[in-house]
Amino acid sequence: MELVTFSLLNGAVYGLLLFMLSSGLTLIFSLMGVLNFAHASLFMLGAYFSWQLSRWVGFAPALVLAPLLCGLIGAAIERYGLRAVHARGHVAEILFTFGLSYVIAELVIMGWGRNPIENRVPAMIDFAAFHLFGTSYPFYKVLMTAISVGMFAFLYGAFKRTRLGLVIQAALTHPQMVGALGHDVPRLFVLVFAIGSALAGLAGVIGGFALLTEPNMAANLGPIVFVVVVVGGLGSIPGAFYASMLIGIVQTFAVALDYSMLDLLGAFGVTLTRADRLYEVAAIKIAQAAPIIPYVLLVVMLVVRPRGLLGTRDT
Amino acid sequence: MRNRLLACLCAAFAVGAAHAELKLAFIDPLSGGAASAGVSAQKHVVFFTDAINARGGLNGEKITVLSYDNKVSPQESLIVLKKAIDEGARIVIQGNGSSVAHAITDAVLKHNERNPGKEVLFFNYAAIDPALTNEKCNFWHFRFDADVDMKMHGFTDVITKDRNIHKVYLINQDYSFGKAVAAAATRMLKEKRPDIQIVGDELHPLQKVQDFSPYVAKIKASGADTVITGNWSNDMLLLFKAGKDAGLNVNWFTYYGGGLGSVPAIGKDGVGRLKQITEYHNNVLPALPAEEAAFKKRFTEKADELYYWRLRNMFAMLEAAAKKAGSNDPVKLARALEGMKLDTPLGPMEMRADNHQLLQPLFVSTLSDKTKYDLEASGLGFVTDAKIDADKTALPTTCKMQRP
Amino acid sequence: MTRERLAWWIAAALALAVLPLVPGLDSSFSRSLLTQMGIAAVFALSYNLLLGQTGLLSFGHAVYFGLGGYAAIHFLRAINGGLPIPVPFVPLAGAAAGLAFGIVLGAVTTRRAGTIFALISLGIGEMVHAATLMLPGFFGGEEGVTASRTRAPHWLGLDFGSQLQVYYVIAFWLLAAAAAMYAFMRTPVGRMCNAVRDNPERAEFIGYNPQRVRFVVFSVSAMFAGLAGGLHAINYEIVAAEAVSAERSGVVLLMAYIGGVHHFIGAILGAIAITWLQVSLSDYTTAWLLYLGLFFMAIVLYVQGGLAGIVTLHAPFVRARSAGRLLRAYALAFVPVAAEVFGAIALIEMAYRRSTAPESGTHMRLFWIAMDTSTPWPWLIAAATWAAGYVAWRRVRPRIAAEWEAVNG
Repeated sequence: MELVTFSLLNGAVYGLLLFMLSSGLTLIFSLMGVLNFAHASLFMLGAYFSWQLSRWVGFAPALVLAPLLCGLIGAAIERYGLRAVHARGHVAEILFTFGLSYVIAELVIMGWGRNPIENRVPAMIDFAAFHLFGTSYPFYKVLMTAISVGMFAFLYGAFKRTRLGLVIQAALTHPQMVGALGHDVPRLFVLVFAIGSALAGLAGVIGGFALLTEPNMAANLGPIVFVVVVVGGLGSIPGAFYASMLIGIVQTFAVALDYSMLDLLGAFGVTLTRADRLYEVAAIKIAQAAPIIPYVLLVVMLVVRPRGLLGTRDT
Repeated sequence: MRNRLLACLCAAFAVGAAHAELKLAFIDPLSGGAASAGVSAQKHVVFFTDAINARGGLNGEKITVLSYDNKVSPQESLIVLKKAIDEGARIVIQGNGSSVAHAITDAVLKHNERNPGKEVLFFNYAAIDPALTNEKCNFWHFRFDADVDMKMHGFTDVITKDRNIHKVYLINQDYSFGKAVAAAATRMLKEKRPDIQIVGDELHPLQKVQDFSPYVAKIKASGADTVITGNWSNDMLLLFKAGKDAGLNVNWFTYYGGGLGSVPAIGKDGVGRLKQITEYHNNVLPALPAEEAAFKKRFTEKADELYYWRLRNMFAMLEAAAKKAGSNDPVKLARALEGMKLDTPLGPMEMRADNHQLLQPLFVSTLSDKTKYDLEASGLGFVTDAKIDADKTALPTTCKMQRP
Repeated sequence: MTRERLAWWIAAALALAVLPLVPGLDSSFSRSLLTQMGIAAVFALSYNLLLGQTGLLSFGHAVYFGLGGYAAIHFLRAINGGLPIPVPFVPLAGAAAGLAFGIVLGAVTTRRAGTIFALISLGIGEMVHAATLMLPGFFGGEEGVTASRTRAPHWLGLDFGSQLQVYYVIAFWLLAAAAAMYAFMRTPVGRMCNAVRDNPERAEFIGYNPQRVRFVVFSVSAMFAGLAGGLHAINYEIVAAEAVSAERSGVVLLMAYIGGVHHFIGAILGAIAITWLQVSLSDYTTAWLLYLGLFFMAIVLYVQGGLAGIVTLHAPFVRARSAGRLLRAYALAFVPVAAEVFGAIALIEMAYRRSTAPESGTHMRLFWIAMDTSTPWPWLIAAATWAAGYVAWRRVRPRIAAEWEAVNG
């Protein structure tokens, strides 16, 4: 019972972390069609900036400044880098962000070294939020949940209620028409890229405590974020939310399950021994197969329904 | 990362390596998840070779260290091994990752068979899968750290005496070393304390898990009072971190719980509970040995601790072997190393001739907050529970060594 | 095939045969390097069939390289166990596996093009990489799979123990694979790849199924990637999970793109350049990956044709004998650009030293100049050099543009 509870809790928190990270990418990908490989890199920059700024001005200001900095960097990337490449098609844009992800990772090494930095939870949020079944649950995970839900509410409200949000929503499904109607689409792009990057940076501030803050961070999380965005569907923030929760919970639960096909076959009275051909495949425990689950989901979704779960538009 | 002594030498490679120096290749992770272990060991190697060079080198030749990053990948290791040998290295030093050690020991054997006269030695300072000195032993491989079984013997002897331990959870990395730890623990606990129940035997991917909370949840659910783990580097400190977050209250019997970053990760939660079995910790003698004092004077970052005493032992043996052989030829060095006995500040040590396993004193120690010397400025250090003399650590071997 | 083309191929074959015997390149280190370049060239050529010829951007091409490598090393193990086939035939096992997996996975992957294709390839790449730990029997777990190339039947009196012999095996397969891929691009299917890349809708209108064309190219490309994997297996005698990793997929993308996707020889140039950077530059500086990344981005932004593109861009001038004038114009830019480059390199190297190797102290030598990085002077001088170079470059640029116009004129 407690295993199920904690797996649910941990899975939900992991899912919310993924949502924080992928909400920005959903915006960018949906609006501009750019598969932004550098998105996870901005997440990493958020973690590093928050650590550095905390040392200079304390944690609370860093919580605000780090995402702002990431947003500015995102705006600069779009204005001075991607804009020159848009006209040449999606392949060129992807290649640009791909190269950028390498460069950002190396700049991080140049700034802070190759080893993980001691990004410890700052004293003001380092305590147990509650105790359940004899296990304590740290407050920073609750904070992560709160920020994540807040992000979701902000994005949802901003889209449905504000004028700018309406324009962006329109541009998500009909970008050319929005431009034809007289809106400054390039400026819209810069704004969206900046917002997306700031969200990634905010995710990085909190994610930096939950995970290890090191130069590999971006490469570790990058692919999963794409999975979330694609599975959730383009143009859909709720889709990204459901997809991240799905993947977060399924993966966390999978780790807890030590069952394999062997057990299933055993239930039907079929036993395999090491000598049997399929033994090795059947012996794979769900826990071992956990890392593969999101990617299987990605491929299946792309083949069967490229629109994603709640997408408004094809990829 | 290159030693700055090295930069000048790079230019010479195109022309062909000169032989007035002895080149050592250090192959270990210098980036990625296990980098903290590799970079720390690299500092040790540089420190000890500089000391030897200050004493005139080996048989008149100065030692040059060539460092290569292998990212704990067996494939990458063989690529850089080829490069190292091409660049003139005669001794290869590696430790982090038994998976890598298996690949290197095979590759060194193949190279030496195909290139008589250009032999290369493999000094293994941390890859402790027992197979490397049993089924897969070979003349060119020397191991300077006690293997999994030797250390598990020490641990299980301590567990045998502790009647408060009833349920043990095993969690290890999913590769040859982790599996060896799990197998040794299961076997020896059954022999010595059949009443102990093993409530979990977990294998997780090597250096890939970011968040251990699901695993900690499983440990809690099993009701274990003790955890035995061979996890090292990031896998160790992330497991500690998750355990601390969840308030996990168990005894930890670890191989590498005192490694870089792990003690700060567990913090005060580990006092009285975290145990390790190592050939050294900085409170093993009443005063800091001269080597550690000099090491800490040269490397002043918080994370710089003299953790690899076995590297000190390795270079002491190398120096003695070079003197005994009167030459730096690898074959002669290897023959001189076999059976060599040396004294150390912690007790006598011996390099077994039958399987090239070093026998050195081992210490089982527990984390405490009342020690004279602490680790990484954390205020916490280890206190010795038991010492095992070098000759008592020896175990039977199945090695059938073939000598040239 | 025209006379000129044939002459080029024969010259290439001769060069490959003679290269490892040239004094200066006959050390074990150089021969290993040449071998690595050969393997990378086959892999990059196979990748360019997808990217350059068909416009398919794949982030998971290493899957076929790796699976081919695994198949080849298991084949080699079988040979070690007594199968009487000589080592030079081992890469065929890799090619066969590459083809098989290309067909199976290609049926799923090539339904769409563009971004969806890129994403699916990424997903499959990560899937296979994650699966390597799940099936230790085939993939060997963390340890990988090893074999020996000398415990095999001798062939023409060779035992394939030495690097030189391995080089010749690789060189032979490189030539064969390059010729095969070149020939493939001249078949009707190969020509249709270009059409599908440029305008898939139009290709459909004239009666070709773009999806089928993509599928065929994909399978052929996977076959040659598997061949490269087989060569890798022979050279290193080990294949492990890195062979199917996203990193390896990324590197081959860099190679193909930097070399130039529009030309056949681009992939080979890219393979040579990147392999050299990976193997040799890493000896001199730990910042080599940053330089590689910046170089790649410069190519994406400014020189889409890559290295091969730079060569072909200037080929007409050489023929028209106006290259001299252009070179003189470029010479104007030499000093500003050099200043920018040196200034940037100095700043980068000093920053790396400070962050990754602080215990080496603050004294370092760069380009034979000794400096102490704890004082502000080296930093200021490097920054000033870069700034001066930048300003000078901005001044010189219109002059060069004008010369360019005139020469093109």
